[in-house]
Amino acid sequence: MNRFSYARPGSVADAVRELAGHPAAKVIAGGTNLVDLMKYNVERPTHLVDVGRLPGLKEIEEAGEGLRIGALVSNTAAAYDERVKERYPLLSSAILAGASPQLRNAATTGGNLLQRTRCYYFYDPATPCNKREPGSGCPAKNGQNRILAILGTSEHCIATHPSDMCVALAALEAVVKVVGPNGERSIPMADFHRLPGNMPEKDTNLHADEIILGVELPEPRFAKHYTYLKLRDRLSYAFALVSVAAALEMDGDTIGEARIALGGVAHKPWRVEEAEMMLRGKTADRRVFAAVAERILEGAQGFGHNDFKVDLARRAVIRALSQAARGTPQSQTDKRIQ
Amino acid sequence: MADLELKTRQGFAPDAGHESGASALPDEIPITLTVNGRRQELHVRPWTTLLDLLREDMSLYGTKKGCDHGQCGACTVLIDGQRMNSCLALAVTKDGSEITTIEGLASPDGTLHPLQEAFIEHDAFQCGYCTPGQICSGVALLREGHAKTAEEIREHMSGNLCRCGAYTNIVDAIESVMAKETAK
Ligand SMILES: Cc1cc2nc3c(=O)[nH]c(=O)nc-3n(C[C@H](O)[C@H](O)[C@H](O)COP(=O)(O)OP(=O)(O)OC[C@H]3O[C@@H](n4cnc5c(N)ncnc54)[C@H](O)[C@@H]3O)c2cc1C
Ligand code: SF4
Ligand code: FES
Ligand code: FES
Repeated sequence: MNRFSYARPGSVADAVRELAGHPAAKVIAGGTNLVDLMKYNVERPTHLVDVGRLPGLKEIEEAGEGLRIGALVSNTAAAYDERVKERYPLLSSAILAGASPQLRNAATTGGNLLQRTRCYYFYDPATPCNKREPGSGCPAKNGQNRILAILGTSEHCIATHPSDMCVALAALEAVVKVVGPNGERSIPMADFHRLPGNMPEKDTNLHADEIILGVELPEPRFAKHYTYLKLRDRLSYAFALVSVAAALEMDGDTIGEARIALGGVAHKPWRVEEAEMMLRGKTADRRVFAAVAERILEGAQGFGHNDFKVDLARRAVIRALSQAARGTPQSQTDKRIQ
Repeated sequence: MADLELKTRQGFAPDAGHESGASALPDEIPITLTVNGRRQELHVRPWTTLLDLLREDMSLYGTKKGCDHGQCGACTVLIDGQRMNSCLALAVTKDGSEITTIEGLASPDGTLHPLQEAFIEHDAFQCGYCTPGQICSGVALLREGHAKTAEEIREHMSGNLCRCGAYTNIVDAIESVMAKETAK
């Protein structure tokens, strides 16, 4: 780890000032991603701004018809909160599909949104990587890319965003609340993470001088018909190769509103609204689901080791929609897929 | 009962090759930690992890360093009652916290924690390297109350790897303590 100074501001306003005053500063919350990356010299902040104890960001509160989850709410606290479990079980399920109990205790809502890719080259400063060192190249395209993206890639980067929580937040159309020197603003999940394009070093549209205050969930609509299906190389404590968050409104066998977001396949949670529209008013049926899956995976392309993900994702979408329509969400304990 | 005098680690030179005005080393930061029931005033460098502080400055060698990257659970301790990976926690961020390590689970009179007894009873370790982390994790699992069946115990213990593969006996040990607690 490089050497750095440390501050623990007492208010959000002080934290914003502290961050603005140090150009190479980084925010630290749970530290489970940042400290890991600092140990590999991938992140080298000269100053850490510890937001871990800022007042007002550790609460889960009613917000209009929805719920507001503070940036410092731990992944454990969010997943087991009674209101979250009852109104947004998809979010609870996705969080519990990720990491381990120890990590979820330390991990925060804000930190989870900003966790970085698990691309092996990104983690290894001995290799080139456009995300870590812009312009140095992308060895993953012709290298070890089993865990990397099949959708929305660019010639500069094929990384995936590894979060489970974010896939559920995308399907639920959550909004991220942030604050910076110019005040507060709201960023819808769809615009929070970005595609790599020719700037893979930028994961999100958050500015370097902004702090996440929390996420707001809109009115709950998918508490009955949902699933988070996560497929990975081992059954627990592993990142998704492909994951699907599916949420449906059902009237008998007829589908109303539908949301589908994929994890492990792109630089951001992947949603195709056109595909979701294809479900509206339809009877839940495998053939319809297959057409939807086809539409979502349109243009998907592997890079060798990850070619299998295209078919895996297609099948996972169909399976997830079946689970959601039936109202039998994937258990995060019993890993058998029904 | 003076506070433990800690030897401060000397001779830190900023890594060569780290640009960024590393000329002046940041000062050690005073923090307070209650470790296994004993309140201590300490001075830490901001980059010292809780794991390194426990092992190298406090000579509490029970907590193990396996991967140092959050991937194995050998470093699991209880921070304010919650299990966490001490390798990914900067000590300075835990200022004011209560830490319980494997050394702090037994009663002051030496009576082992029921889960420690159960690990012996069920032969739940071979080399023992993962064991302190497994036991701290298991103690937290019992308190959390989310796992009830053997299958749930396995899932909720998935953050602790065991290279010797003592998993079945670890689950048995936890289950036995859980059964005794619910029988109460
Ligand atoms: C072994 C291992 C396995 C894992 N498996 C999974 C998994 O299966 N699924 C999954 O989803 N995740 C997984 N994770 C990742 C884990 O979920 C993240 O590390 C965690 O959510 C990050 O939260 P944190 O609070 O610790 O963030 P930190 O490490 O503190 O911060 C992460 C980033 O967010 C920034 N940041 C944090 N809070 C704020 C804020 N309020 N405002 C602005 N910036 C902020 C920091 O500057 C930093 O850049 C795993 C991690 C490990 C180590
Ligand atoms: S895929 Fe992205 S993160 Fe991985 S090596 Fe290429 S540029 Fe770096
Ligand atoms: S040493 Fe901390 S998880 Fe492996
Ligand atoms: S007993 Fe050897 S690693 Fe678990």
